[in-house]
Amino acid sequence: MAKTILAVDDSASIRQMVAFTLKGAGYEVIQAVDGEDALEKANQHTVNLVLTDINMPRMDGLKLLALLRKLSNYKTVPILMLTTESSDDIKAKGRAAGATGWLVKPFDPKRLLEVIAKVIG
Amino acid sequence: MSDDLEQFYEIFFEESSELLADMEACLLRLNVNSPDLEDLNAIFRAAHSIKGGAGTFGFTDITETTHMLESLLDKLRKGELEVRSEMIDAFLKAGDVIKNQLAGHRGEGAADPAEAAMVLDELEKLSDETQLLSNKESSNTESKTDASIENLQVVENTATVTENKPKCIYRIEFSKFGLNEAALENLFSNLQLLGALEDETRSSDDNLCRLKLATENNEEDVWEALAFVVDPEKLKIESEVSNNIIENVLKEKEANQDDTSLHYKAKEALASPGYGFFPDAPAAPKENNPSEITEKPLLHQNTDQRQTAKASTKANAPATSNEASSIRVSIEKVDQMINLVGELVITQAMLAQTASQFDPVVFEKLHSGMNQLERNTRDLQESVMSIRMMPISFVFSRYPRVVRDLASKLNKRVELKTVGENTELDKGLIEKIADPLTHLVRNSLDHGIEQPENRRAAGKSMQGTITLRAFHQGGSIVIEVSDDGAGLNRAKILAKARERGLSIHDGMTDQEVWQLIFEAGFSTADAITDVSGRGVGMDVVKRNIQSLGGRIDIESSFGVGTRISIRLPLTLAILDGLSVAAGDQMFIVPLNYIIESLQPTAADIKTVSGNGRVVQVRGEYLPIIALHEIFNLHPNVTSVHDGILVILEAEGRKAALFVDDLVGQHQVVIKSLETNYRRVKGVSGATIMGDGKVALILDTAALVMASQQEMV
Repeated sequence: MAKTILAVDDSASIRQMVAFTLKGAGYEVIQAVDGEDALEKANQHTVNLVLTDINMPRMDGLKLLALLRKLSNYKTVPILMLTTESSDDIKAKGRAAGATGWLVKPFDPKRLLEVIAKVIG
Repeated sequence: MSDDLEQFYEIFFEESSELLADMEACLLRLNVNSPDLEDLNAIFRAAHSIKGGAGTFGFTDITETTHMLESLLDKLRKGELEVRSEMIDAFLKAGDVIKNQLAGHRGEGAADPAEAAMVLDELEKLSDETQLLSNKESSNTESKTDASIENLQVVENTATVTENKPKCIYRIEFSKFGLNEAALENLFSNLQLLGALEDETRSSDDNLCRLKLATENNEEDVWEALAFVVDPEKLKIESEVSNNIIENVLKEKEANQDDTSLHYKAKEALASPGYGFFPDAPAAPKENNPSEITEKPLLHQNTDQRQTAKASTKANAPATSNEASSIRVSIEKVDQMINLVGELVITQAMLAQTASQFDPVVFEKLHSGMNQLERNTRDLQESVMSIRMMPISFVFSRYPRVVRDLASKLNKRVELKTVGENTELDKGLIEKIADPLTHLVRNSLDHGIEQPENRRAAGKSMQGTITLRAFHQGGSIVIEVSDDGAGLNRAKILAKARERGLSIHDGMTDQEVWQLIFEAGFSTADAITDVSGRGVGMDVVKRNIQSLGGRIDIESSFGVGTRISIRLPLTLAILDGLSVAAGDQMFIVPLNYIIESLQPTAADIKTVSGNGRVVQVRGEYLPIIALHEIFNLHPNVTSVHDGILVILEAEGRKAALFVDDLVGQHQVVIKSLETNYRRVKGVSGATIMGDGKVALILDTAALVMASQQEMV
């Protein structure tokens, strides 16, 4: 059974690019446009990995991370931050919120698959 | 890989255009004196999102512009600097540059790099002022700014020890070749913000600049500060750990085995994997050093995955459709659907007519089925039409900018109000209404609103108001552009008309006088400016509106203001019409031109000078247009008082249309006569009636105008 990835980004182009890349590699992809949307979809589906942008309207990635980790079925699901900011500050915040790792934007599709394959490959 | 990406370009372009529009709206809304943090955040996010996409898709020029924009915005939203109106101007300009750059990548014209450079420069300057300011602030709170670098270093070093942050010393080398003094100074001040800077340039170094920087920031920040000024090819950054905090760093490294390896060159930093895992985090993979990964096995892995993937995506395709809540559909598809529904409506009407010949008692089921079909068809038609409907805010949203730019150009103070932005109308109309409306708004600002001092002298507030209003009225949408300016000057217009040899007389009603400004080449502006005054325009505006099946009216009061209202049909595809009979033919009169219908008495009809006839309606004499005469038909009714008069109004003038009978009111699907046959005078289109016969739709405005000319 194909693994399911929840891709969260408010930018449609990035989100669809990510989804396209992941689908091409055989993953099932659920898309969400912001933290709130993602939280809702995370509750509806069984997700093997969450890939989230940080800077988003309504609910940002850090808040989403923290809230996801509070859900019993998301305690151990890998969550990767996709971020344009690669400062230590954002990494520390992500880590504190329970992120598994981080990936800097911009990235090319190959690298995205590499990283994901490492986590759930 | 790039082929894979290209299919997302279009999405990125559209998304960026929307983000830019949002950004512009926020910017225009922003109150410089007390900026709303939400707005600042929204603007920042827009710039940030565009930057993210542009970076991913490799549009470096956009990345550069958005990066500058973003960094300044970031300072604003963090309160490191107060918002000033020059910034808003710079942001708006930057938005324009990005728009051009987007268009350039789209293949629609080319962006002007000089313009982009200028805006970048401006943003940078504004950013620098920020830095100067924060420098000053910090100098107030901390001890002295003119302390030597060494002193500063001491202060900062002690600070680091308490904060437990790793601190590095970077040795920076780059070629000064091609850099001017100002750029260098700028660079130095940027670096000084990061930490203590020492210039270690030796006299023997020709063009080389050597710097030593002690900072808490990581190498990427240093790189970023330099990369915009110095050619990355000529830049070398080496880092070493400052002695007194080595322990901290080591501790940090033990705890967090990610990429904090501090000995690498700048270029390697950029080419670094750009990802990492937190070792103690849930589900983090065990192997942690990304550089250990070799390319080959990964590639194999990928292809393997792809192969298994293909099978599984096929099987699960329907289940994965988890798209966002809207989809983009090409307008052709929608139009095709509208056409098909139009045909369906006609077929349904034909069936209904046939069914009505059957006995409703015997064929009860057939009749209830027909009723059901009619309801469903109508619902279907409505919902299909609504697909093409868009809120008029799509047009209105561009005017704050137009007004802002123009007002500052003309030194006028103008506030733009919009009412009813959510009023919906056909997408086709939205696109076509934008230009005429822009013209009207510009006219209002240029001719309507007076200079602030004149306004004050007239006892008005110095700030003028232009109001854009949209609302539905019957089957049409009304869009008004009103201003509280000087109003139209009747005497001036009449004088100008006389000068141009137009047929005028003093007894003309105001309405008729105002219509004169729609004459080609008519302008009352005293001086021709590049804003308006050449007199090209109002006639074009009127023609455009008329070609959309709409009409334009002016109300004006001298010294109080002017209101121009445009009345448009909600959609171009369907029309509410009254079907009238003349002889054995059926005609459709568009409902929005009809004022009333009446049966005149013989006494109301007067014949004037030969064959012209007029009818007296409520004290007004209106010319009578006999429909059968226009189309050379044999009428069933020859004397006017036996038939029916339909009073029409177009462009402020009225006429009475003489018909045999009124048949009924219909929603008709417009079929173009021009594309199917040829243009016929007095006819704007055709439609197919329920019995399958073709009925012509009257070009009411043309008929009314023709009747007026006969009168004169």
